[in-house]
Amino acid sequence: MTVEAQNRDGREQGHHELSFVRRYIFSTDHKVIAKQYLTLALFWALIGAATAYLIRWQIGHPDTEALGWGFIEPQVYNALVTMHGTIMVFFVAMPLLLSALGNFLIPLMIGAKDMAFPKLNALSLWIFFLASVVLFTSFFVPGGAAAAGWTGYPPLSAKNEYTGGGYGMDLWLLSLALEFASFLLGGINFLTTTMNMRAPGLTWFRLPIMVWMQLTAALIFMLSVGPTIAGAILLLMDRNLGTTFYLPDGGGDPLLWQHLFWFFGHPEVYVLLLPGVGVMLEVITVFARKPVFAYRPIIYATIVAGFLSFIVWAHHQYISGMDPRLAMPFSITTIIISVPFALVIFSIIATLWGSSMSFPTPMMFALGTLGVFIFGGLTGIFNGSAPVDIYIHDTYFVVAHFHYTLFSNVFFGGFAGIYFWFPKMFGRMMNESLGKIHFWLTFAFFNAVFIPMHLVGLRGMMRRISNPLQYEFLKPIEPLNMFITLMAILLILSQAVFVINFFWSMVRGAVAANNPWHANTLEWTTSSPPPHDNFATIPVVHRWPYDYSLPDSSSDWTPQDQSDEALRAATR
Amino acid sequence: MRDWFPENVSTFGGDVDGIFWFIFYIVTVWFFLTEGLIVYFMVRYRRKAGQKATYALGNTWTQLAWVLVPLAIVVVLDLFIDIRGADVWAKVKGQRPPADVTVRGVGKQFNWEFIYPGPDGKLGNEDDLSSDNELHVPVGKVVHVILTSKDVIHSFFLPHFRLKQDAVPGRQIPVWFEATKIGAYEIPCAELCGFGHSGMNGKLFVHSPADFEKWLQEKGAAK
Repeated sequence: MTVEAQNRDGREQGHHELSFVRRYIFSTDHKVIAKQYLTLALFWALIGAATAYLIRWQIGHPDTEALGWGFIEPQVYNALVTMHGTIMVFFVAMPLLLSALGNFLIPLMIGAKDMAFPKLNALSLWIFFLASVVLFTSFFVPGGAAAAGWTGYPPLSAKNEYTGGGYGMDLWLLSLALEFASFLLGGINFLTTTMNMRAPGLTWFRLPIMVWMQLTAALIFMLSVGPTIAGAILLLMDRNLGTTFYLPDGGGDPLLWQHLFWFFGHPEVYVLLLPGVGVMLEVITVFARKPVFAYRPIIYATIVAGFLSFIVWAHHQYISGMDPRLAMPFSITTIIISVPFALVIFSIIATLWGSSMSFPTPMMFALGTLGVFIFGGLTGIFNGSAPVDIYIHDTYFVVAHFHYTLFSNVFFGGFAGIYFWFPKMFGRMMNESLGKIHFWLTFAFFNAVFIPMHLVGLRGMMRRISNPLQYEFLKPIEPLNMFITLMAILLILSQAVFVINFFWSMVRGAVAANNPWHANTLEWTTSSPPPHDNFATIPVVHRWPYDYSLPDSSSDWTPQDQSDEALRAATR
Repeated sequence: MRDWFPENVSTFGGDVDGIFWFIFYIVTVWFFLTEGLIVYFMVRYRRKAGQKATYALGNTWTQLAWVLVPLAIVVVLDLFIDIRGADVWAKVKGQRPPADVTVRGVGKQFNWEFIYPGPDGKLGNEDDLSSDNELHVPVGKVVHVILTSKDVIHSFFLPHFRLKQDAVPGRQIPVWFEATKIGAYEIPCAELCGFGHSGMNGKLFVHSPADFEKWLQEKGAAK
């Protein structure tokens, strides 16, 4: 479609008014869909936080009545642990980082009016909504929610007599299958849109890194999820149709599931990480007023990491009973994957060198992401090393490690993204003082929770046990567990500052200019919030997104749609 | 911080800990280097009136060297970690030294069962001796435990021995260890195995060889 044709269509569509329902509920506008995903993700984050609170209460004060709940039965505890992982990975991280930010930003950043398939986009949202309903319902069915861990290892997950649960487990599988279908549709949209609908002049190597990260994440997800969907169906059949794919009594093998699950499960980690890294790079370049250092190497490294993520999965299985000779090859690939990520981190640090930094809330969260992510990356080296894993596997060291990598990208990165793009989403600025308070509370309490958790793990404390006092060798660390619990409660409570700021700013925040941060990318060239079709006229792109502090320019930023002639005219 | 780990009482525990500390020193240096630089840059390059950022793209080899040289060091250190790790992995999980004592370890919801060969010295026949949730071994001898499970996946974890191995139904997975100190230790299950997972905790008694023989004979007599 030519630019004129797109503009003509845009004008025509602008004429008829849509009804409230079509506009805000069953909308096909990518911006509305993004906000709907954001709403669902924030709702699930509250549930996820509630499960975290109960888990921590039980560990810090075993077998006492949790405030606002009562005693936590072991069966309920297992369900809480299972649901916490499932919710945070599949119902908070993915909808927040991919669906909300990706949906909102991809069309705006590439200068498109909407996604390539707006109706498919709406469909993927509503399938996700259905998955949410199914998962939420599973809390209330007889036997409670799934309780076999978020990894759902059979035989535990394959027979109700083993877990003591009911069809909560079937609902869990069903909701994940729905969720995967939803994200497959979303991924198709991300790829097709970026391939075909970039504004004139926007070549691949003029794309913002955020778009590259979203694309790579979508691609990794689409290529890896197939085996797990198949695996989930086999598990459903084992549970309901009497097959024995995972049950040794009938000749099946429990390890089959682990391979099918982790073949997707590890790439999934990078699906969650990459958009966070994208946010980090967009925000840091804007507030450092400096081009991203080593743009192309970062993109290549991301693709290499994406590829490597397909051949590291068995590092989750060093001690699972697979052939011990397989451990070293997977240990090598796992430790090698630190190389592309180290390149990205070094490049971000190099971007900070010689910059001109200011520190509004989004920048604080972006730098927080960086600092916390480095810590998580470094502790990953321990887990990746097969001999060290013998001791720390399934201990709290692993739990602490993946909270450093995932919390950093999902929450610090997610918050950086929300504070940064909030003006574009809602046309108002978020409150800066509340934002700063939110950052410092989150940063302080996050580290107060998870640094000690490494120590708990090194002492040998196992994951998913509900009462450490049942073990002699864990008794000395109970004070530490109580401290972590207190800090975790404070971490959760301090998120109230964000919730207040978010809703208050939506109504009362200062009205945002089109480009409040003086950023270069295309989403800032349109109004805040953008109209239904995003751009009054489709922008023409003349440069890459990171021309900050061009030496010959009098201004320290040069938008992507500014031509060299316009730049020269402005400088003269 | 070394005292923080549970006391090591196996012959290979020191090697596992050794790799841990080897990695610990490497990543500690990287941690302070990277985080230190970030904080330094935040102070040094904070916005000042009339001062513009440097337009550096990292598109020449001279500039890229600032990233590539540290990256090369990362690769070298990675290889070091892997090579040293491979030896330790082979020692713990590779070829096992010949057994002085062989025991079958069976995980079940929610405890361990250990089966010793009877007077004929062979496992898997009538005179086998069964010990409920208690593993007794002699000090200074190579013990093989052949792990399996009756129901779901459990994980045989000896924190004081730096040993962990999943017990999987349908598979017989051998592990070995050699205790260096007499005493009583714990065998928690490290893999979620159902509502009784927390508290699934066997006992491990390390005896002098004479005491171990005595225990075995008493066990046989009781049967």
